[in-house]
Amino acid sequence: MIYFQLFWEFVKVGVFCVGGGYASMPLIQAGIVDTHHWLTMAEFVDVFTISQMTPGPIGINAATFAGMKVAGIGGAIAATAGFSLPSFIIGVSLAKLFMKYGNIDGVYSILNGLRPAVVALICSAGVSFIILALWNSDRIPADLSTVDWRGIILMPIGYIMVKKKLGVIKTLLGTGVLGMLLTLMI
Amino acid sequence: MSSDKTALQVRDKGFYWKLFKSTFIISAFTIGGGFVIIPLMRAKFVDEYGWIDDKETLDLVAIAQSMPGVVAVNAAIILGYRMGGVMGTLTALLATVLPPLITLSLIASCYTLVVDNYYVKALLKGMQCGATALIVDVALDLLKKQGKKKLLIPIVITIGTFIASFFYDVNVMYLILIDGVIGFLFLRDPKYN
Repeated sequence: MIYFQLFWEFVKVGVFCVGGGYASMPLIQAGIVDTHHWLTMAEFVDVFTISQMTPGPIGINAATFAGMKVAGIGGAIAATAGFSLPSFIIGVSLAKLFMKYGNIDGVYSILNGLRPAVVALICSAGVSFIILALWNSDRIPADLSTVDWRGIILMPIGYIMVKKKLGVIKTLLGTGVLGMLLTLMI
Repeated sequence: MSSDKTALQVRDKGFYWKLFKSTFIISAFTIGGGFVIIPLMRAKFVDEYGWIDDKETLDLVAIAQSMPGVVAVNAAIILGYRMGGVMGTLTALLATVLPPLITLSLIASCYTLVVDNYYVKALLKGMQCGATALIVDVALDLLKKQGKKKLLIPIVITIGTFIASFFYDVNVMYLILIDGVIGFLFLRDPKYN
């Protein structure tokens, strides 16, 4: 039965996907394209593109869309459920353990090491985002003149909106609409 | 996360609706994946609802990042459990997977039209700039807070992890592992909590 097979494929993806949404892509490809031939490589590239473009966590987008292409809405639900199941089991167990043993020094000292690390990762993501906004690529290009001027205009506007405490949704929708208007003006 | 027993309290329907609504919005507005959830979570759960504080947000992200699976889903699961037990987890999980299901059902039939659409691309480009502003704001805020504490080892961890992650593309899993061990060995003193 296709739904159960999809579910099981994505349980495996959920277990072995370490390091966030992007890490799930090669695993999904291995299961969906290489093993079961449910999708062709070209279709899988579509899955990859659409998951990055549509709002929502990339890994869940990919599971939903791949499932949908293979077996319709039921397939999408089966794939998403399979993908989330390992996270659910591990997350609840970890949270339970944490509530029981969280006040032990060892656990706290580990988190004391992780907190500054997460700050660094957020900064790293922030710099990558700035580069992406300015040059539409993930690395600074050799030729700096290829800059996307919409990024130069919209980033400070976005920052002012954040500082004016407009809220996340208004900021994102606002810069989105401004991006559209700016693109139309040229 | 603190180890108080809030998760074991009985919650009313209003609470679950609030949890559902906020997690749904966070998932729907996660653009470009990963770390964009941090400013979103902070705006909702720290500033608006006061459910958790900045430190707990970082702990939550650290744990979500070290678990297998999607970071946003992991964060929703842990936050759901922390706030409302297993029911809270299920609520947050459902609210996280629903937005992609709805959006993708809508565009699945005409996705080539959407992907290649000039206006959709322009809209997303603008939103990407907005997301950059959000994440830069959080990054600066957290850096300032950390700087104020004037503790040497955490500052070294931040700088080292940044260099390894940004310039050398070291896998996040290794970084988390290494920094966890450093914390375990050298950050036992309560002043680091």
